[in-house]
Amino acid sequence: MIPGVSIYEILTVTSILFFIGVYGFITRTNLISILISVELILNASVVNFVIINKYLFPEALQGVYFSIFIIAVAAAETALAVSIIINLYRQISSVEVKEIETMKY
Amino acid sequence: MNLNLVILIPLIPLLVFLVLGLFYKKIKPAVSGYMGVLGLLFSTGLALYTAYRYFIVIGKTEGVYQTIVEKTVWMNFTDSLRIDMGILLDPIAVMMLIVVSVISLMVHIYSRGYMKGDPGYTKYFAFLSLFTFSMYGLVLATNLFQIYIFWELVGVSSYLLIGYYYTKESAVAAAKKAFVVTRFADLGFLIGILIIGYYTGTYDFETLNNPEGNSILNWAATSFMGLSALTWALILIFIGGAGKSAMFPLHIWLPDAMEGPTPVSALIHAATMVVAGVYLVARLFPMYYFIEDGFALNIVAFIGAFTALFAAVIAITQTDIKRVLAFSTMSQLGYMMLALGVSGYDGHDGLGFMSSMFHLFTHAMFKALLFLCAGSVIHAIHSNFLEDMGGLRKYMPITNITFLIAALAIAGVPPLAGFWSKDEILVAAFEHSLFLYVIGLFVAGLTAFYIFRIYFGIFWGKEGNYKEKPHESPGSMTAPLLILALLSIFGGFIPFSEFISPDKAGFETHLNLPLAAVAVFAGLLGIVLSWIFYKKESELADKFAKRFGSFYTWAYHKFYFDELYLFVTKRILFNGIARGAAKFDKKYVDGTMVGIGNQTVNTSEKIKGIQSGKVQDYAFAFIAGAVVLAIICIYLWLN
Repeated sequence: MIPGVSIYEILTVTSILFFIGVYGFITRTNLISILISVELILNASVVNFVIINKYLFPEALQGVYFSIFIIAVAAAETALAVSIIINLYRQISSVEVKEIETMKY
Repeated sequence: MNLNLVILIPLIPLLVFLVLGLFYKKIKPAVSGYMGVLGLLFSTGLALYTAYRYFIVIGKTEGVYQTIVEKTVWMNFTDSLRIDMGILLDPIAVMMLIVVSVISLMVHIYSRGYMKGDPGYTKYFAFLSLFTFSMYGLVLATNLFQIYIFWELVGVSSYLLIGYYYTKESAVAAAKKAFVVTRFADLGFLIGILIIGYYTGTYDFETLNNPEGNSILNWAATSFMGLSALTWALILIFIGGAGKSAMFPLHIWLPDAMEGPTPVSALIHAATMVVAGVYLVARLFPMYYFIEDGFALNIVAFIGAFTALFAAVIAITQTDIKRVLAFSTMSQLGYMMLALGVSGYDGHDGLGFMSSMFHLFTHAMFKALLFLCAGSVIHAIHSNFLEDMGGLRKYMPITNITFLIAALAIAGVPPLAGFWSKDEILVAAFEHSLFLYVIGLFVAGLTAFYIFRIYFGIFWGKEGNYKEKPHESPGSMTAPLLILALLSIFGGFIPFSEFISPDKAGFETHLNLPLAAVAVFAGLLGIVLSWIFYKKESELADKFAKRFGSFYTWAYHKFYFDELYLFVTKRILFNGIARGAAKFDKKYVDGTMVGIGNQTVNTSEKIKGIQSGKVQDYAFAFIAGAVVLAIICIYLWLN
């Protein structure tokens, strides 16, 4: 609990963070940028978990546990995504999304 | 009586079949021939021993031959309606055991000579054993379903053996024809069985045939289209029997079945399988006799009489000796059916039944002999046709004499076997109806005429143009001929009526001198006529043929029945109905399915552009969807 700051303000901040991530995910064409946008989305939700836990159910700890869990998954996911991107770069010397649409149908 | 020995009778041929069939590439031809003969020798010995035990040692209890049954439940439907497997011994079953054993043994021995050097020698003996096993099973069946199972098995083995020369197109066609026609008739049999099972609640012969039993006494309780349902069932069962026994109008397969090897014709299409229909009617005789006052039995009598006449007329005109014998078989089977049809039940009234079985017995002997002689002739000159034969008596003395004996027997000359049985049939017909008697008498004359026509044609007359000098067949072929000739001579002296009668009590028969004299006269007249016509080369026969003109041509073409069936099946069924149905199926049923498939492909072809392959597009669609859903939820929540 942060004194003088209500839950609405914090939720507004995380919502803005979330939609920045979504916007970046849709508009960026570089795979690395997309990955960063995904990280933004994940982090917005992690903050949400912690804040809701702290403000609404101060005696419980599930939200905090979940946020740790999400951080772990996000780390693994990033490692996987980066390795795929490196492999792609080796194959086609590019990390642009529009270069890798050959598998559409 | 110990039935453990009886059950070996069918099991030995089955064992031989399995061994020969499974290891047929490893067994040498000589060994397989001996195995077949040896197995049958055991079976025959056991069959004769069984007959001896049944008729002589056990004999009658309270004046009646007992029916000995041993069975196990195979399939249970209700308490009474069940299918058993087992063996049943009564006088006709024991009699048939002897017929099947003896003829099959003779044919096995004969085949060792006849089929020598054939590439499928082992296979042939395997099939013969399979057939013998199935026939034993049919004879010993305890209930309608068991008899039906073996009925189909003999049909299959008949199919296999007719099509034995499977490289010959005509043999393959004949095999298919035989199978399809008899199978078609068996449909009637099956429906009949089901009707009987439904109305009487049992398939068991003993229960069904009990004259005081429910199934016979309550026949009037059911009715369908003016007749008792049981009468319909019996008529349908007779259709099955008529198919196997080549009764008009289901006779068309038997002449073509002569494409098989000749010993097979002797065994299956003369002596054993084709009498299965007669045996079936005899097996259910009390039902036929008591239900609806013998309505179904009258049909049997008239179909039998008509077939006897019809086939005899055709037999006169044919030139393929095996076909003459095939039509002769049909004619004699008609005789047996006629005799069953005119029979009564008690005591001396059962003369028709007894004479039918008697004729079945003697006919098996002399007709098998005729076929084996024909096989011997064909073996020597490699042709089936009368035009290629003539004057063979000098080259083949044994075949000549045995053929003559068989011909005299079938012509009804005393004291040979055929005389006694045919005489009893004519007496039975005379006591029942003058009309049927006259037909029978006329057929007796025709029989003598056509059989001596081929006898003179083969062994007398002008010598054919033989490429090499014909020779007498080897001992393995002539020995069965001699044995069967002996049986044809003395078979008639067995006091059959003591052993076999519908009520199983037996009765005394006496020679009816005036009727016998008339029958013998008819036979002799036929012989003399054919002697005049065919002994020497003469124009007389051709002149007579011309005199009859179109009737002769009709008979020569078997009254165009094959063409009629072909017309019905090919033109109407295949071209008319089947083609139309196929067209409908292709155009509409298939068309609908193919149309649905094509439409799916077309649609997806048009909308596949939506899949751009760009992750952003998908993500945008997903998020847009999520936003829309969220808006809807909020909107609903606010209201």
